[in-house]
Formats: sequence, structure tokens, C-alpha cells
Amino acid sequence: MEEKAKNMNRGEEQKKETPRAEEPTNSDKKVNRRAVLKGLATVPVLGVFAWGYYKKRHMDRVLKQVIRDELGMEYAPPIMSTAPASGRQLRLGVIGYGHRGPQLMKAAGFVHPSWIDSARSAAEKNPMDKRYQEFMEQDDLNIVINGICDVFDIHAGEQMAAAANLKRQGSEGKPAYPVKRYRTYKELMAADDIDAVIIAAPDHWHAPMTIEAARNGKHVYCEKPMTWTVPETFMVREEVKKSGIVFQLGHQGRQTESYIKAKEAVEKNLLGKINLIEVTTNRNSPNGAWVYAIHPKASPKNIDWKQFIGQAPWHDFDLKRFFRWRCWWDYSTGLSGDLFTHEYDAMNQILGLGIPQYASGSGGIYYYKDGRTVPDVQQEVFEYPDRNLSLLYSATLASDKDRGKVVMGHDGWMEVGGTLNVYADRESDRYRDLIKSGKIDPSLPIYSYSPGRKNLDAVTTATEKYFAGRGLLYTYRGGKRVDTTHLHIQEWLEAIRKGTQPSCNINRGFEEAITNHMGVMALREGRRVEWDPDKEVII
Amino acid sequence: MKQTCDYTIGQTTFLVTLRTLIGWHFLYEGMVKLTNPDWSSAGYLLDSRGFMSGFFHSLTYKASVLHTVDFLNEWGLILIGLGLILGLFTRFSTFAGILLLALYYLSHPPFPGFTFSVPSEGSYLIVNKTLIELAALLVLYVFPTRIGLDAVFQVWWKSRKRAVK
Repeated sequence: MEEKAKNMNRGEEQKKETPRAEEPTNSDKKVNRRAVLKGLATVPVLGVFAWGYYKKRHMDRVLKQVIRDELGMEYAPPIMSTAPASGRQLRLGVIGYGHRGPQLMKAAGFVHPSWIDSARSAAEKNPMDKRYQEFMEQDDLNIVINGICDVFDIHAGEQMAAAANLKRQGSEGKPAYPVKRYRTYKELMAADDIDAVIIAAPDHWHAPMTIEAARNGKHVYCEKPMTWTVPETFMVREEVKKSGIVFQLGHQGRQTESYIKAKEAVEKNLLGKINLIEVTTNRNSPNGAWVYAIHPKASPKNIDWKQFIGQAPWHDFDLKRFFRWRCWWDYSTGLSGDLFTHEYDAMNQILGLGIPQYASGSGGIYYYKDGRTVPDVQQEVFEYPDRNLSLLYSATLASDKDRGKVVMGHDGWMEVGGTLNVYADRESDRYRDLIKSGKIDPSLPIYSYSPGRKNLDAVTTATEKYFAGRGLLYTYRGGKRVDTTHLHIQEWLEAIRKGTQPSCNINRGFEEAITNHMGVMALREGRRVEWDPDKEVII
Repeated sequence: MKQTCDYTIGQTTFLVTLRTLIGWHFLYEGMVKLTNPDWSSAGYLLDSRGFMSGFFHSLTYKASVLHTVDFLNEWGLILIGLGLILGLFTRFSTFAGILLLALYYLSHPPFPGFTFSVPSEGSYLIVNKTLIELAALLVLYVFPTRIGLDAVFQVWWKSRKRAVK
């Protein structure tokens, strides 16, 4: 080779010496041949690469096909309607503008002008902040808000301004839409220019307001949990069914793509005999533990305290109780009502669980010694002997350790949240041969679904992260991130227009409420409670 | 850069081998990305740390910019890979490879104090495999060989010039 290189150099020298030569000499031809051979020396490498690449791709494809054939799962996103609002314009009333009220109104397309101002300037400072863009691109649901109601004057004022902001403008706009503030929910329910109501009042008001709405023929979107007590659960079901209104309970997880795929995985029996479901809550911030900010201008003068108390036990005016009502049994059902119900409804959606036969519970106030009466650490176990499975709920408000929703079966297990991952069990019967032959690796998911994978998420707060991880904040339609609450309200409005039933209707709501109450009763009374499905009583 | 002295057979062989291996690595990385419809550089860019992280994060702000980055990355890897394996536009391919590797290195510098969510398969302090690959390309840049399609083009170009004369 060394010799050849020298020859080549010599050849070049010869060429320099004979510049006038018009025809290449034999020596030139030899040099050219050598150069061409050297030039093509590495081309075979490309051939080896192509062969290796084809082999690997082919193997991967065959492997994937084997798994696909075995599982029979669709990899494409579920087909769900995202059709823009059609039909008549609906006239809404919204009750409550504390914590959830503004979120629901935003999902419906209405925000206070100051929200537009701050979201717009946040987007200018940080291009990753897409809240403004997403809100402006959110579908118009073809609704107006004619009436609002909140017992706190300042919130009511803000709620009116948001409801009047039809054109989604900032403080530069002049919202002129006439919105009426009602002092009581009963007056709002009786209004002729309201077709449907969104209820975002504290939990102890959900049932009385839903019943009043049903009696007035108003359709209802009610925040979870559906009820505060057992007797009112039956009353709500009866009144809703009797009136024929369209009722949607606020479990927006119903719209999450990964839950829909998880349901498909269960239907295709990917997990085998499911025997244990573990759902959890982990939060570790004052906001996550319901220690919400107290409005500095709030006072007995601008809060209708008597109306706030309603059917709850009387208590003297207390700002903490007003703004942080979730911390007291007097107005809420604690962790169970606020957060377990979301987890339960996800599992009810995926597995069609229904009401359990038994419930037991335990917990305590171990971290937030702030006068609250509801536990901040809590466990509930629900038994489904007819399904041969247990549902375990485990929660803490003082640790941010991420634990997902896990469904365990003999052949596999899956973790559901914003994404879905299904794994084969090492000891599975169904997958034994595939594991043995190396076609399935139990340490890797056999099925993985990540909606809107190419999109970027900028989730800004710890609480948002909690909800996003659980598929409660956003989902994807056509690869685009969408607020699940928006889709849930949209589904409810379409059901009203078409006279159909939405996904979290009164029957699902009844199951959610009874299950919640069983867990709370078991915890508070320190005993195992039982549901009698024939007599429809909790024993 | 012109080869100014003759290498031994061993030197030439291993220089070409090194170039081919690096080319293979580039080509396969590019092909994997190109054939995966879900691949995007977004997660990697957002995971960037260090003094240039602001720049890498900013590439993800606009979908159009991100798509361009993805396109350039996929095709950059493939073309550099082909260039290095075949010895085609070798100097340019080597230089482009150095540039790309420098960007990868600077986006995820293995300096004390930075942790990345993208897991690495080894343990690194300041020096990682990207930096070593970059240094190897620098070696190839200053020690060019005459093995590759560039040499064929050179001969063809010379004979064409002669024919014109």
C-alpha cells in the first residue's frame, strides 16, 4: 500500500512533468484505477449498514407485530367528537366563584379581563407559557351566561365581569353583555332566561342546588363530589331522573384519552384476572392541602355567612372556614370527596366497578394541625367480592412522592395517568411463551400510549402537575392539548342539545357518591360498612 | 487540508476505520430518528443545562423552529454519516460532525452540579463519549486520508480538465 502511494505520487509528478500530454498514458490509467478503487473502498460498508439496518428494522417490526397480534390493541388515538358547538345557543347560570368556579368558567370560555392581561403578558415574557394561546384557541361553545351567584360580594363582582367578557378581552375591552347577579341560588334557578346551571359551590351545597335546579327544569353540571350526605344522594338521583334534565358530574377525567385506551386494554383482557387496584393522592403544598389564600377584604359585611352555612351545623363567622371549607366535615367529605372521587371515577370508567360491597378506612390529622377536622393522611379499602378484587385508596397531603393509578392482574399490570403503560407479569400464563422466547421483556411496557407525544407541556404549579400527571388537567385531541374540563362541559352541552346522556351522568354520579360515603362512614365510624344492593342501604 | 505525508498502511487503515465507525454511528442515529414518527428533539432540548441552556430551550418555543431543528438534526446526522462512511465531501462532513457534536455536548455538559433527566448509560465527569467522538473527528480533520469518493472525484475532475485543454 505504501508502495502504491509512492507510485501514485510518482504518477502525479510525471503528470506535472508532461503537461502537454493530451491522451492519458498507461501509467495515468493505472493511477486512475487505483484512485477509483481507493475511492470506493468504504462503499461496501454502506452495504453492510443497509443489510444490518434492514435486519434490525425487520426484527423490530416482527416483534411489534407479534405483540400487536397478541394484544389486539389499537395504537391510534381514540375517536372522539370535537365537533364545534352546533344548534341553539344555551343560556347558563353559574353558582360559585371561589376556587373551582373561575376554572369552570374559563373552560366554558369566560375569564375575568385581568386574567387575559396577566396570561398575555406572561406569554410575552415566557414563550413556553401557552395558557393565553390555548384559551384564545379554545372552541366557542355557543353559550351565554345570563346569571351568576356567589355569597361573597367581591367574588360575585369578578364573576359578573368574567361572564360579561364574551369576546375574551383584557382590561382594554368593554364587556357590555348584561349579566344578572342573583343573591340566592333559588332566585337564579327560577329565572326564565336560564336553561342550564354550573354548580361550583362548596360540597354541602351540591345536592340542594341540583335538586332545586331539577325542580325548575334546569340542566346541571355539578362539581364533584355529587353529594355531602347519604340521604341527599337518593334525593338527587330521584329528582334528576324525575325531571329528565341532563346531569353531568364534574369528573373531567372522563375525557382523558389514556383512560379511554386503558378501558380498551381491560376489555381486550391484557391484564388477565384483575385482583387489586391501587389509586393514590400525593400532594405536599398548602394549596394542595386546601390552605387557600384568604381574601384581604373579606368580612361579614360582604359575605352572606348564613347562606354559606345553609344546612351545615351553625358556626360563627370564620374566614378560614369560608375560604378553606374543605378542611371541615361540616362542609365537605375531606380527601375522599375531593380527590378519591376522581380516582374512583377513573376506575369506574375503565373497569365499570359500580358500588363496592364493603368499605373500610383509617387515617388521621398527622401534618396540618391547623384546626381542621378531616384527615390529611387517609386510607380506604373497597371490596368487590363479586368481581374478586379490591380497590385501595391511599392518600397523603404531606408528601409529593409520585404514585400512579395501578391496576394489577395475573397476566399483567398497568399504570394510568396522563399516559398509559401496560406491562406483562413475569409469572403470567398468557405471556409465558412470549416471555420465554424473548419476544416480551417484562421490564418494558408491552403497550404504551402517550397522547400528543410530540407536544410540549409547560405545567406551571405543583398542584397543576399533580392533576396533569393524573390526566385531570389536559388531554389531547388531534395531537393538540385541550383542557379536559372544557371537553367535559362541551359534552354536557351537546347532550342537552341532542337530548342524550353524557358520560358522567346521574347513574355514574350515584355510584360515585355512595362509594364516597361508604369510605367516609367507614373511616369516621371506625368499622367496615356494607352496601345492600337490593335494599339500597349502607349497613 | 491536504495530506502532506504518506501514512503507513496501518495508519491509513485505522484512520479510515475510525471515520467509517463514526459515520455509521451518525447514520444510524439519523435513520432511527427519521423513521420514528414520534421522535422530536423537544424533550432533549428542554432537558438542557448549563450556560447555553437558554438557547437550547428557546429552540422549543415555536413549533416552526422546533420542526426545523428536528429536520436539520435528522438529515444532518444522515448526510454526515454518509459523508464519513463514503469519504464524500469528507472535510465538510467532518466539520459539520464536529459542530453537531459540540452542540450536543454543550446542551448536556457533564459538569459537576448538573443532573439530566435523560439517563446516560455510563458515568461521566466533564469528559463524555460525545466529547471523545468530537475529538476523534478533530483527529480525522487534521489527518485526512485519500480513501473515499472524494479521491474519485478528484481524479475525474483532473482528467476532465485535461480533456478540456
